[in-house]
Amino acid sequence: MSPIIKVENLTRIFDVSKPWLNRVIERQPRALLTAVSEVSFEVPENSVYALVGESGSGKSTIGKIIVGLEPPTQGMVEIEGVDLASETDAKKIDAVRADIQMIFQDPYASLNPRWRVRDIIAEPVAARGGKTDGLAERLLEQVGLSAQDANKYPHEFSGGQRQRICIARALSSEPRIIVCDEPTSALDVSVQSQVLNLMSDLREEFGLTYLFISHDLTVVHHMADVIGVLYLGRLVEEATRDALFSDPKHPYTRMLFDAAPRMDAYGREVDPPKGEIPDAINPPPGCAFHPRCPLAVERCRTERPEMRRIGDTRVACHMAE
Amino acid sequence: MTETRIETPAAPRPSRPRRVWESDFIWSFRHSPVAVVSFVVVLLMMLGALFAPLIAPHDPFNPATLNLMNGFTPPGEANQFTGEFFVLGTDDQGRDVFSTILFGMRISLFVGLSAVFLAMLIGVTVGLMAGYLGGWTETLIMRLADVQLTFPAILVAMLIFGIAKGITPPEHRDAMAIWVLILAIGLSDWVQFARVVRGATLVEKNKEYVQAARLIGRTPFSIMLRHILPNVLNPVLVIATISLALAIIAEATLSFLGVGAPPTKPSLGTLIRIGQEFMFSGEWWILFFPAATLLALALSINLLGDWLRDALNPRLR
Amino acid sequence: MINTPVLSVRDLVVEIPTRHGVLRPVDHVSYDIAAGEILGVVGESGAGKSMTGNAVIGLLDPPARITSGEVLLSGQPVHSLRGEALRRLRGKRMGMIFQDPLTSLNPLLTVGDQLAETIIEHLDVSQSEARRRAVAALDEVGIPAASQRMGSYPHEFSGGMRQRVVIALALCAEPDLVIADEPTTALDVSVQAQIIVLLKRLCRERGVAVMLVTHDMGVIAEAADRVAVMYAGRLAELGPVREVLGRARHPYTAGLMASTPLASQGRARLRQIPGAMPRLGNLPPGCAFSPRCDRAQAQCHEEPGPTLKRCDGRAACWFPLNTDATEEAEA
Repeated sequence: MSPIIKVENLTRIFDVSKPWLNRVIERQPRALLTAVSEVSFEVPENSVYALVGESGSGKSTIGKIIVGLEPPTQGMVEIEGVDLASETDAKKIDAVRADIQMIFQDPYASLNPRWRVRDIIAEPVAARGGKTDGLAERLLEQVGLSAQDANKYPHEFSGGQRQRICIARALSSEPRIIVCDEPTSALDVSVQSQVLNLMSDLREEFGLTYLFISHDLTVVHHMADVIGVLYLGRLVEEATRDALFSDPKHPYTRMLFDAAPRMDAYGREVDPPKGEIPDAINPPPGCAFHPRCPLAVERCRTERPEMRRIGDTRVACHMAE
Repeated sequence: MTETRIETPAAPRPSRPRRVWESDFIWSFRHSPVAVVSFVVVLLMMLGALFAPLIAPHDPFNPATLNLMNGFTPPGEANQFTGEFFVLGTDDQGRDVFSTILFGMRISLFVGLSAVFLAMLIGVTVGLMAGYLGGWTETLIMRLADVQLTFPAILVAMLIFGIAKGITPPEHRDAMAIWVLILAIGLSDWVQFARVVRGATLVEKNKEYVQAARLIGRTPFSIMLRHILPNVLNPVLVIATISLALAIIAEATLSFLGVGAPPTKPSLGTLIRIGQEFMFSGEWWILFFPAATLLALALSINLLGDWLRDALNPRLR
Repeated sequence: MINTPVLSVRDLVVEIPTRHGVLRPVDHVSYDIAAGEILGVVGESGAGKSMTGNAVIGLLDPPARITSGEVLLSGQPVHSLRGEALRRLRGKRMGMIFQDPLTSLNPLLTVGDQLAETIIEHLDVSQSEARRRAVAALDEVGIPAASQRMGSYPHEFSGGMRQRVVIALALCAEPDLVIADEPTTALDVSVQAQIIVLLKRLCRERGVAVMLVTHDMGVIAEAADRVAVMYAGRLAELGPVREVLGRARHPYTAGLMASTPLASQGRARLRQIPGAMPRLGNLPPGCAFSPRCDRAQAQCHEEPGPTLKRCDGRAACWFPLNTDATEEAEA
């Protein structure tokens, strides 16, 4: 089966330099932040691929590049076999655009406060000149709200209900792929489970493919088929859910698992991980994780580990076995 | 304190007028005596200006109805020659001060409102473009704004007025004067709008609803107009109100300096200029009443603007 | 308990008058925290957990105010203190750690100056002694090369290090009580683990009472000794963490636990609590949780839930789960 999303050697560099005059006066070089560095992965149709990582891991940037909100600096993203950056056929681009939608993290900022829910939900269709009669009402019921809600404004809803509206909007253009950027991290636990269940139901009903971006391991474990772990813009490990959670290969993945608070670990005395995430503008040479890694050897300090396959797992570590 | 924010209960939705009457905005208005008084004053003055031809007891601009014998009648007294009575007295040419004020307000308010509208149109447009498009568009617009801000607005207005006067043929000058005034004040006042709109746009454009619209494939023009503009209008409304007071004062200043409304079509500023000639000869009312009207008008509008700023500020709610 | 608890909250009520009526973000809440104990206060947004902490430390924003109940610090009432007396007490005997470390540090002063200033204000020591203690405080919270970092400004620290500075600042005047409001929410998982370990160690070594306000059940499970679960301004359940999380008696606590995805559960459908927490201005007539509760009976819809008093029972529920009867049957 050919992948519905194919990401190859994706790199995104942001120029975070101070203005030119300040640089000249303070004698500082240009500051370049490598948010995403040579990331490659494939997402098969009708599956859930999760990207996990802490802040600065580049997970949100990858999501934005895939939906086309950010251009890649290098590398390529193919959706349904079309590379949006190089494709010239406007019809093809438009078709792919309609097939990929996004759900954002903050349900309070992702709905225009001045628009009625009906117009918000129908916008992806209206923007393409499609028919929108009854569309919002139908979708609202599909996501567990009532058709009458179409006349209301976003401020009349709670966080969980707003996220349902966002999901309805994402569904309105009948997409095949939805990129979910931390869709539940702004929600309370009891509401989070409602939204996660809804997303699972919709996936089955419409045969959707999710690219699920999150920092929350428990949520990722619940949703994902395949998980990619990111550290400082690099993909360090990729495995199926069961393989990753039962046998993490990369020391960073192991560290994440150990550090995550667990509800069944009352008064657990953890030996907390050492150090913090390094500055992405001047990342450590070699393997970016080596300053915090318990297994690091000389080779890790100089040579960047390539992705290699161990069983079904792909891992970027010299020491993994 | 999001924890304690409450909104109208979801249960039965009250009727629309009821909802408007109960809304936070109207509630805050009803409970602010200053806002209510200012609003009534401004409303009365606007109605007075609008219906001046119907209300005014005399037509001060029809020379046929003027009687020089009525000149310098003090307020509240009958004229010693003609026995005619004028509430606020008359000026040197026997024009009824009350009527001239009504007609003067008409011109002042018309110039003020038009100038603010022009400034708003320019400021909001370029502010949105600067904030949303960024890059050299932003640099160009904002540097231009910075340069303009280094000159006092009244100087800019006088400069524009002077140029415009130079290029209009003399026979049209009086007729054009009002429009030139509007152009001069409007062009000197757009910077505030541009700055505020640009700031608000920078905040809004990073919100996720704008990203969602970009994702859908909306053009930048459509995003600015349909998504960002409605969300940056609150501060624009506040600035527009306060600018209105400033514009009316600017118009009065220009007219006072003799570069504004012509004496044949006097605004409040022109009336004050005429009046100050008689201030030291005992005919105080010719100056006092137009000046007091200008003060009351500008003050009320300003107070209304202050209240509006508080009422529209979500943090103070 | 024979010893007087460090913090004792009795029937605390906080009210906010609004034009739509009086809201009660904190409604008859009672709990104690002993020296060296961490009490986790957990709840969803709007449950009143932060408001409780603010009420204890005297940081309520008007028009919110305490309308009844008591806050006792080592037996002394502090809820009625105002102005200078409150300010002195706040720094000296109560410390506060906020979610965002940037807002609780002055960006224009070096961390050394901020620490020394706080120490001098609350402990009667000389300038040089204060600086010595400041270095010791930074060292204690695990800031490497503490004496060199004294001259650094807050923005020169990373997020995790900054939160350590805030903790040092909260603890430098040797308070009896520390209120930590979502201290790890803004941090990454690996740093969060470090901060939890640090808080636990300091609490144990110094015998400080800690009130840990958070929405994260995982953090509570790892850090707290006892836990108070809040719902719509009321205490739903209060007890030892193992008991409350392991054998929840209040249906809300049980629902919260069940709706959190657990690694052991796999892909099974998550249990969900229907609906959302009611807004304070729109509470149902009976128990605030009754509209969402699958065990609710007529009594629950009519009578407000029982208030949880310190001594009687653990859960504010008419029909609690896992009661003694069921426990005995299982044993």
